[in-house]
Amino acid sequence: MNATAVLPQGAGKPQVQKEDAMWLQKEMINRNYHELATARERGHKVAATFVPGNLNELLMCFDFARSLPETNALQNGLRKKSGKFILDAERDGQSEDVCNYVKADLGMMLGGEIGPTGEALPKPDILLLSYTGCFTFMKWFELIRHKYGCESVMLHVPYQGEGKIAPNMRDYVVKQLKETVIPALERISGVAFDIDRLRQYMKESTKAEEDLVAVLQSAKHRPSPIDGYFGAVYYIGPIFTAFRGTPEATEFYRVLRQEIEQRVRDGKGPITPDGEMAEEKYRLVVEGPPNWTSFREFWKMFYDEGAVVVTSTYAKVGGVYDFGFRHDPDHPLESLAEYCLGCYTNLNLPSRIDMICRYIDEYQADGLLINSIKSCNSFSAGQLLVLREVEKRTGKPAAFIETDLVDPRYFSAANVRNRLESYLQMVKQKRAAALAAH
Amino acid sequence: MTASPPVIPIVERCQALFEDLDLNAVKQWKAAAPGRKAIGYMPIYVPRELVHAAGMLSVGILGGGDQIEVIQGDAYYQSYICRIPRSTIELALTGRLDCLDGMLFPSICDVIRNLSGMWQILFKDKYVRYFDVPQNYEDAIGGTFYINELAALRDDLGKLRGAPITDDELNASIRVYNENRRAVQELYAYRARKPWQAPTSEVYLVLRAGMVLPPEEHTQLVRDYIDAADALPRPKRDNARVVLNGSFCEQPPLGLIKSIEMAGCYIVDDDFMLVTRWLLDDVPESGNPLEALSKAFLHRSATTAAKYDTKRADKGVFLLKQIKTSGAEGVIFAAPSFCDPALLERPMLQDVLSRHTVPHTAFKYAENTGQMAPIREQAGTFADSIKLWSAA
Repeated sequence: MNATAVLPQGAGKPQVQKEDAMWLQKEMINRNYHELATARERGHKVAATFVPGNLNELLMCFDFARSLPETNALQNGLRKKSGKFILDAERDGQSEDVCNYVKADLGMMLGGEIGPTGEALPKPDILLLSYTGCFTFMKWFELIRHKYGCESVMLHVPYQGEGKIAPNMRDYVVKQLKETVIPALERISGVAFDIDRLRQYMKESTKAEEDLVAVLQSAKHRPSPIDGYFGAVYYIGPIFTAFRGTPEATEFYRVLRQEIEQRVRDGKGPITPDGEMAEEKYRLVVEGPPNWTSFREFWKMFYDEGAVVVTSTYAKVGGVYDFGFRHDPDHPLESLAEYCLGCYTNLNLPSRIDMICRYIDEYQADGLLINSIKSCNSFSAGQLLVLREVEKRTGKPAAFIETDLVDPRYFSAANVRNRLESYLQMVKQKRAAALAAH
Repeated sequence: MTASPPVIPIVERCQALFEDLDLNAVKQWKAAAPGRKAIGYMPIYVPRELVHAAGMLSVGILGGGDQIEVIQGDAYYQSYICRIPRSTIELALTGRLDCLDGMLFPSICDVIRNLSGMWQILFKDKYVRYFDVPQNYEDAIGGTFYINELAALRDDLGKLRGAPITDDELNASIRVYNENRRAVQELYAYRARKPWQAPTSEVYLVLRAGMVLPPEEHTQLVRDYIDAADALPRPKRDNARVVLNGSFCEQPPLGLIKSIEMAGCYIVDDDFMLVTRWLLDDVPESGNPLEALSKAFLHRSATTAAKYDTKRADKGVFLLKQIKTSGAEGVIFAAPSFCDPALLERPMLQDVLSRHTVPHTAFKYAENTGQMAPIREQAGTFADSIKLWSAA
């Protein structure tokens, strides 16, 4: 089932179609912005943290309102506001070379911290620096702290350089949680830590994670009932941000799963902004985050060609759940540590390649498309080798496009379209050659 | 009394080592005794004591500079990634790093971090380790983690040589590196005192020689250079005394350092090759060596952009101390293009300096930057402005 939203008259824009869950997701995200905007008057302290290694359940134990700067930046990108923010940050001394998420966030702050929905966001009381899979996170919060005087607390999550979580790494994260992070959160919030409260939130997380995995893996069907990249952005929104561990997230994923399972039974393809996708001609795996400033235009290039993304690594950036990990209420802190250590960008390159090859196989994909993001060295450095290795191991064609997260200067629609069309031609020819060989 | 060796041959030797991208010095060291092994490492810091204790040579890999044409390396990186990983890959793919038996990739940024994975894929027959360091500085938390990381590296190196590394061996190596750090500190103190006698274009080469020479030999080289430099009177100019900041990973071309000096600046402190002076004091030479190395790292080590500042007030303190200790009059921020750590750190440091009324200027470079005129003009204007202000 899907609903159609009618945009304001006179705007000359087409009607946008979304699944019910997509609308619900948007409502939830907007509600969180309102809760952030009104946190002070409701007597809540405000915490900011990052999506990978997001300790939402823990922050809820201290009644923090929760802000996620990457989400703010991407929401501003979707709303075409990020370009100005980035220029403002560059005028304020930031280099044109560095991450545009950071600059979009700093630019928003310079402009009076007016959030994506138009409400003023409060200055955070604590910056929970979950240093997971991205070096820039550290500088980002140091910059905010330097400019606005917020306190920060570091959770250093070691990188999986050897492709596995060693006991030393897990113990280190747990110890930081016990001896550094939790005491700081108690002090700032004035709320005593209650591990049973954490367990309760984690029970909710587990239910949502089960349903999310079922939704994402539904793309193994033909036709895929979802788009595992553009569409998945809506699906991962609540669980990767301020909602994991809440009953409303549990309900969201229950409803979403029902919707998607019905689509499978009906043999339907994904819902796109222009309605249900017609014939599924290509099944792709995508590596790298999307572009947000031209998100819909970018997606349209795919569905116009009948290309569906069956799965993506970006949909794992806030937690890799599809290989079995679940938050474990019986071992809450150890489980939080494993969650942080296991986020996609905290995996080494060989592990990332293994994962992509496995996806191509399990999702019966035609190949790999890499969207290389100028802003994100964590994702991007090494992607050209990833491309070659995946081609070599799977025999499936791979291609490379370059855009940015939130800087509109780095999205060239004509270039992206050309490359995508050429790539799909290549997939078609390879397919024909394979058929001829049989 | 023995006459000090003349400074020119020392500098020429260092220059030859610097230009030798084929690492012939490493090959010669390995060939001098059977079974010798060499381990490469990238900036900023690895505990070289462990490599030395295993009887191996640690070799600092700082990219290809402006001496090689990067062809294959460019095929591995997008245009918006810095130069050092692509020229390092080029060095390896062209066989120049074949003499290395392993590579260590320290925690510095996402590019070097991911390069460790590329190495695991491209050079499967080599030992490769991503070397993580703690961003928590409590002994019981970050210290415990770090000691375990050190122990894992020690075990690996022990396996590579075929026998475990003992505490005595490690303490002996700590002694060797304490001496090397003392020599480098003497060199830095000497240059700060008499920068006209020890120009940075020479000091840099002397320091750089320590990337390929055994530490014992490098220590002697450093001391020989100080004696030789002091023995050769050179003209003292009315230059501005500056600290160079941001060049801790990808290196500027030597021509850039010379250009800054020719523009009227004495570089009296910098962050080149911080591995040589990351630990600020002597490390205890007896007792538990891993614990000693850990405590030195946590409590008495240099500060740079790759290291977390626990509090806002800590930002810039190390740089201010460098300025004070070296008697600098200003700071030149010279960072590689697309270097996230240096370029994200820079606005915060600039703000601290502005609040302390320390003059500063900034530019970017790449290891193969060829056009020095704009840099010379900028550095010259900066030096002039310092001189004008100080006269006012």
